[in-house]
Amino acid sequence: MKIHKYDTVIVGAGGAGMRAAIESTKRSRTAVLTKLYPTRSHTGAAQGGMAAALANVEEDNWEWHTFDTVKGGDYLVDQDAAEILAKEAIDAVLDLEKMGLPFNRTPGGTIDQRRFGGHSRNHGEAPVRRSCYAADRTGHMILQTLYQNCVKEGVEFYNEFYVLDLLLSEVDGVKRTAGVVAYDLATGEIHVFQAKAVIFASGGNGKFYKVSSNAHTLTGDGQAAAWRRGLPLEDMEFFQFHPTGIWRMGILLTEGARGEGGILRNKDGERFMEKYAPVMKDLASRDVVSRSIYTEIREGRGCGPEGDHVFLDLTHLPPEQLDAKLPDITEFARTYLGIEPYTDPIPIQPTAHYAMGGIPTNVQGEVLLDNTTVVPGLYAAGEVACVSVHGANRLGTNSLLDINVFGKRAGIAAAEYAATADYVELPEDPASLVVEQVERLRSSTGTERVTEIRKALQDTMDKNVMVFRTEQTLKEAVDEIAALRKRYKNVSVQDKGKRFNTDLLEAIELGNLLELAEVTAVSALARKESRGGHYREDYPDRDDVNFMRHTMAYREVDADGNESIRLDYKPVVQTRYQPMERKY
Amino acid sequence: MTTTLDKTEGLGPAVAGAAPYITATFRIRRFNPEVAEEAAWEDFEIEIDPKERVLDALHKIKWEMDGTLTFRRSCAHGICGSDAMRINGRNRLACKTLIKDINPEKPITVEAIKGLTVLKDLVVDMEPFFQAYRDVMPFLVTTGNEPTRERLQSAEDRERFDDTTKCILCAACTSSCPVFWNDGQYFGPAAIVNAHRFIFDSRDEAGEQRLEILNDRDGVWRCRTTFNCTDACPRGIEVTKAIQEVKRALITRRF
Repeated sequence: MKIHKYDTVIVGAGGAGMRAAIESTKRSRTAVLTKLYPTRSHTGAAQGGMAAALANVEEDNWEWHTFDTVKGGDYLVDQDAAEILAKEAIDAVLDLEKMGLPFNRTPGGTIDQRRFGGHSRNHGEAPVRRSCYAADRTGHMILQTLYQNCVKEGVEFYNEFYVLDLLLSEVDGVKRTAGVVAYDLATGEIHVFQAKAVIFASGGNGKFYKVSSNAHTLTGDGQAAAWRRGLPLEDMEFFQFHPTGIWRMGILLTEGARGEGGILRNKDGERFMEKYAPVMKDLASRDVVSRSIYTEIREGRGCGPEGDHVFLDLTHLPPEQLDAKLPDITEFARTYLGIEPYTDPIPIQPTAHYAMGGIPTNVQGEVLLDNTTVVPGLYAAGEVACVSVHGANRLGTNSLLDINVFGKRAGIAAAEYAATADYVELPEDPASLVVEQVERLRSSTGTERVTEIRKALQDTMDKNVMVFRTEQTLKEAVDEIAALRKRYKNVSVQDKGKRFNTDLLEAIELGNLLELAEVTAVSALARKESRGGHYREDYPDRDDVNFMRHTMAYREVDADGNESIRLDYKPVVQTRYQPMERKY
Repeated sequence: MTTTLDKTEGLGPAVAGAAPYITATFRIRRFNPEVAEEAAWEDFEIEIDPKERVLDALHKIKWEMDGTLTFRRSCAHGICGSDAMRINGRNRLACKTLIKDINPEKPITVEAIKGLTVLKDLVVDMEPFFQAYRDVMPFLVTTGNEPTRERLQSAEDRERFDDTTKCILCAACTSSCPVFWNDGQYFGPAAIVNAHRFIFDSRDEAGEQRLEILNDRDGVWRCRTTFNCTDACPRGIEVTKAIQEVKRALITRRF
């Protein structure tokens, strides 16, 4: 076991982690621990753009953007946080441009902007051009630009280090951050990183669904580490299904395709979104569009022999526009479906995309251990966190924004904290939990296989905790996940080696997914209303009287070691906007 | 050794209904110094829908037959750059290569990319590759006061380096280059592509410095214009053209 000592340790090297690292490296001795090489992070898969009211192509302002974000999140958004997001968006985009990001340009040479779902002029009057973009690889360009600037700043990376545990020490009755424990994939060695400040920026957990736009590696490792150490998870029942995933595969086709004029059509060729969202049509918020697609499918207007998908139609757009603005997604259609988007519509279905919930933080990125108390030295930013700027449903282009605004804030806050704080003593035998976990899996002779449990988990999540939910489906999911967690205790791996043992790591990742799926299903079962991405057929209306509040889930362990989930609630911060019925 | 699996369940997402499965043999170059000093080929016979990706086949083998099979992957749709490998003798991304397109009638060979040290099975040491990238100053360099708003750039100036911004650092190009195979000191196509991305960016002011770096004996002049890199690039970047443009800029000092 090796022990390292840094002022600040950042877990994850996607957009939020690297944006934080650029700030914290300037201010404190920083290490970034990442299970992937930084440029492999899933920020790179984001396509359509990053929202900011630059008003480069038409009138716009940050207040309109704040309103759209709050409305998009079905009023579960903390409005103080949304205001920060929208205000700081402008500098966040300009920062990236100055770092070198090659945005598309207007004829006047400024950053070009395009339409995106849920973004409107003057509180819902009409779609507005707010998304700053680089073709349909904006996330790729953000990831590359941030990595380039990390190289420039000399950020220290530990690549292919899996952080498996968070170390908290109690000092005078207060839980404080002591560091993290990581597993080095190349050697199998376990490393303890003592740190004054730790930032979780480890991304989402969308791999507990089968049809998902998420990378194989998005397994919620950060959320699970915090959860096991007794920290709460907020609003986990809110998971976004992106309307346009490639049929059956789930590969993302950007909303920018509809921003450029693409239209969703059912088997009759009808532009069905006109029925569900007369003003914003195909550019309504994602939860609305995904539900509309499934309504079409359920009512027999789906396409194909099994009627299980609809079409994204780009055929009326000039090929030059597709080549210039949407080169990657048209290439995906050609590669994976053998379809030419110039002439043929693309079969799509909603795909699991983004966790609105996560580790609760305040607007400085400080992690909360209950509704108000911060854990000194612990920060989170990006998809792993819940600020909450996305509420019950995130708007497209607000996640690339989130990672930049709150990544930067967390990076500065953590480094400033580290500059004045002392190291907290490591707990006795700090790596024990990880050593025990790794050794148990490596030496297990159990008969259960990772692949079977993972498949069963994804099947039940797709079937029961998807776009439409009921008491019955959620109960079924809770029961099945509990059974799978029992089976997981008897799981074994074939690779017993130390070198690049991805078999072992996949087993650990599955354990994380199981725990987070359980929190998601239990939180969803208790929310007896429909709001944003959480739609209950048995409670189809939003219920502001009983549920205008964030879910806070806690892991409880009794004296016999039995685990349970306790749910509590946290008030929503409301400033300017009173909840209204949401129409697009 | 041949391991067979006769069940067709547990396939990837592209499968449903009466998918026309085929039996395909994957001949994979295995290496694990914890087990044996030498690398060896191993055959796996699987039933799979030919419209699936080579990555799906590798997952099927790993998840259902041999958990020790080791490879890198993440996004599974050609954007993260993790899974460059040599498939039927040609560098490709496993997640962008459909089985039907690589003649599954015959055994499909899969091996690690060349020119970088193999650490286990299909996993190579990427450090020398990333070091070459870092050595070309792959970041925007400017002088003077920053503008309040964005730096202006015309659409034409932006277009000038568009192609080379697509690079995902997968190393398919560099590890397809015969010069790189023979001499690992050569910067390789990917590093030059990323230098190109900044040399031809109208906002950047360090073009001369990057050109000097690439004027080195291990720089652009080692390129023998074999076009392997262009053929290998899964992003369709005209790599050889970019290298030629850097060479021309070195001669004319205009960029």
